[in-house]
Amino acid sequence: MELTIDGRNVPFRAGQTVLDVARENGIYIPTLCWHPRIGPSSRCRLCIVEIEGTRGLQTACSVLAGSGITVRTDTEIVKTARRMTVENLLYDGHHDCIACEANGRCELQDVAYRLGIREYPVVSEPAQLLDDSSAMIVMDPNKCIVCGRCIIACNEIVGNDVLTFSQRGYRTKIVCDTAVPMAESSCVQCGECLQLCPTGAITEKKSAGKGREWELEKVNSTCPYCGVGCQVILHVDRAANRIVRISGREVPPNDGMLCVKGRFAYEFTESPKRLTKPLIKKDGKHVEVSWDEALDYTARRFKEIKEKHGADAFGFIASSRSTNENAYATMKFSRAVIGTNNVDNCART
Amino acid sequence: MTNSIQELEYAKLLFVIGSNTTEAHPVISYYIKRAVRNGATMIVNDPRRIDLCQWASHYVQINPGSDVAYINGLMREIIANEWHDKVYVEKFTEGFEELRKTVEGYTLERTSEITGVSVETIREVARILHEIHPASVVYTLGITEHICGVDNVRSLANLQMLLGNMGFYAGGLNPLRGQNNVQGSCDMGALPNVFCGYQRVDDSNARRKFEKAWNVTGLSPKPGITMTEMFADALHGSVKALLIAGENVIQTEPHMAHTIRCMEACEFIVLSEIFYNETAPYADVIFPDRAWGEEDGTFSNTERRMQRVRAAVKPQGDARSHWWIMNELGKRMGVDMKFETSNDVWEEMRSLSPGFNGITRERIETIGLQWPCPTTSHPGTPFLHVGGSFTRGKGLFAAIEYSPPAETPDSDYPFWLSTGRRLWHYHTGTQTHNSLGMDDLFGEELIEISPVDAARLGIKTGDWVRASSRRGTITLRAWVIDRSPEGLCWTSFHFAKACANELTIDAFDPISKTAEYKVCAIHLEKAADGEPLGSTLVPRRQARP
Repeated sequence: MELTIDGRNVPFRAGQTVLDVARENGIYIPTLCWHPRIGPSSRCRLCIVEIEGTRGLQTACSVLAGSGITVRTDTEIVKTARRMTVENLLYDGHHDCIACEANGRCELQDVAYRLGIREYPVVSEPAQLLDDSSAMIVMDPNKCIVCGRCIIACNEIVGNDVLTFSQRGYRTKIVCDTAVPMAESSCVQCGECLQLCPTGAITEKKSAGKGREWELEKVNSTCPYCGVGCQVILHVDRAANRIVRISGREVPPNDGMLCVKGRFAYEFTESPKRLTKPLIKKDGKHVEVSWDEALDYTARRFKEIKEKHGADAFGFIASSRSTNENAYATMKFSRAVIGTNNVDNCART
Repeated sequence: MTNSIQELEYAKLLFVIGSNTTEAHPVISYYIKRAVRNGATMIVNDPRRIDLCQWASHYVQINPGSDVAYINGLMREIIANEWHDKVYVEKFTEGFEELRKTVEGYTLERTSEITGVSVETIREVARILHEIHPASVVYTLGITEHICGVDNVRSLANLQMLLGNMGFYAGGLNPLRGQNNVQGSCDMGALPNVFCGYQRVDDSNARRKFEKAWNVTGLSPKPGITMTEMFADALHGSVKALLIAGENVIQTEPHMAHTIRCMEACEFIVLSEIFYNETAPYADVIFPDRAWGEEDGTFSNTERRMQRVRAAVKPQGDARSHWWIMNELGKRMGVDMKFETSNDVWEEMRSLSPGFNGITRERIETIGLQWPCPTTSHPGTPFLHVGGSFTRGKGLFAAIEYSPPAETPDSDYPFWLSTGRRLWHYHTGTQTHNSLGMDDLFGEELIEISPVDAARLGIKTGDWVRASSRRGTITLRAWVIDRSPEGLCWTSFHFAKACANELTIDAFDPISKTAEYKVCAIHLEKAADGEPLGSTLVPRRQARP
């Protein structure tokens, strides 16, 4: 099956939208409300295209590809309409890219750039107040484009049912529960809203000012908390040796979703309370020693105890917090080096 | 889990028992809530009206520790109505007659009396289990942390086999494991009776294989002792040395006073730790371990998926990987384990574990694989026991009788205490208390008390209360909340200052040696008036507006 986009014949599969087909073939169609995990909602009107034989402009995210149809994504009408839409969004808010936490990962910024918008009318209304009441999440209504992604994220994707639209038309805004500050709402700070927010309207409070998107290295890993094993992307400032923020990877088992611990409880690694040197108890007090001293001492005591009391006088507890490799090493050490099967982990507790 | 996490979204019937999913496994709760949105029926069975109940079509409030009686009662009703899957039972299972005879004694009336569930509700739940197939059974530590934990699990297995729900997409028996790598520690053979890949130490072929691979002789054929036995044996003097890699046992083990005595009695204690935690003072040597974020390796999740963990930052100070410490100690004791990188460890493990052999680091570079995965071309196993095939051949029913908890309320200690985990913290909090903002979300431990009991004792939210068991006393503030039924209190072990494990009982399941964290008896009294909880301390609940 084939259709024509901008004069090119391109193949498609049943069930694909015009947007899917265009993206698969490298044809640029801007979107703001669309997201792979949300699907079409046809709110932002940016993916509009002309389709021969239909009236007006169609939203590519919601029109299914059909055999033989002819689509144009680059006509003056389309370009003008898109530009006008984005200019209106920019005019509506206070979009200060220099100060914005989302600079570099803002879809509105990207779309404006792609559409060649250099200047836009400046706002006349005073800025609205931020909601920075909660521990982890900042909501800035001045940067909200009311695309509805956070609402779907909160209500349909993670089912936490907190965010909702309030008021009507031009004054529509996103609120928590019955328009209470986030800290007083039923929000559990999972952060799915900020993961799916296309602009700087919902951002991580703790990451503010700690590094631009393009400065941070992305490292794929697995969350260290419960047994779900959520896949995460660690955004790392190499120079400062610090994890700046965490986002969910859109792969099994979590498909991008996280909880408050997985997304926000990461600074323990850089805590000044971390143990940094081996310790040995001397005269009832722990004192810092070298690795060699600690290892030699431990090996000597282990040998003495083994000689005097046998291998079964040992007990080894592997950490269920640590890696498989560390658990295996503990297991091998107890069996191959000491000679006891007295090895267990905290599975029972 | 016999099945996969993402299947839960497509379940038709969810039977959740002993799992406070929205707090302990939030991301799994999202899938469960999506299943409900997709039209699934959900039965939540729990002594507490946990937040998940707000999405459930049925909430069954069962008495603490009465799970076996409840499941037996359901099975009796199912069998009496001939609602069981006769073809499945005939073809794929053994022991049905004994099961039938045992559950016969669990009449609706008797079950109702033990469990506190009405006769009508038991009938209704049995009918739903009959009408909707397959059901996915989801459980957590509310099932296992009892002196009858193994019985509880086997009862649920009985139920699922009876209904023919094992071996199907979105069915099965799904324990949600508590810690990030508790599945992996077991997979790796950090257990007293098996090597990695669940190869038994009392199997001489397995021992020969490991002796050859490790270049050692005389591996012990005698299964070792469990962690709980190690502590008891330290107290009795037969265990002299303990090596504890990353567990804050003082705070995690039941009956803290007893754990302290065990630790004090032990001759030589070595820790591999990231923080100087409550266990550290008892150690003779403490090695600074690398933390998550500094460590390269793998975790196995609750659905048996082996996934990559990567070093993202440089280790703090002189912290070293635990496998390196083991390797260095081995060399000093005359056995070179020959580990130079964490991948060396992984490759050795893989070569010795038929079930994990196909899982190379390259294959799990972007997405993890679920074991069993015997070869490098095997796609992994999303759900087990396909179509009713069990590891041992046929699924074996276990006829199980109900037994009451080790300690039940009496006139001296009139309240049930159950314990668990909160959304905002993780275990003893070494990670969450040391991460910014988490203590702003939940900064001190509270004891949850039902409004009825609170009114009787003159306690309001924020008041200081003294909670005592036969083993200890803690003083903390009260949270009066209808999540607790009358007669039951609840608290966690996240805070050293008021740790539930000062109260919990060191009574263990005879097989798994898991402690009965979920039930003990306490006395409760008001200690002092307290301020109402501040606005940021008001504990929030997941609620439907």
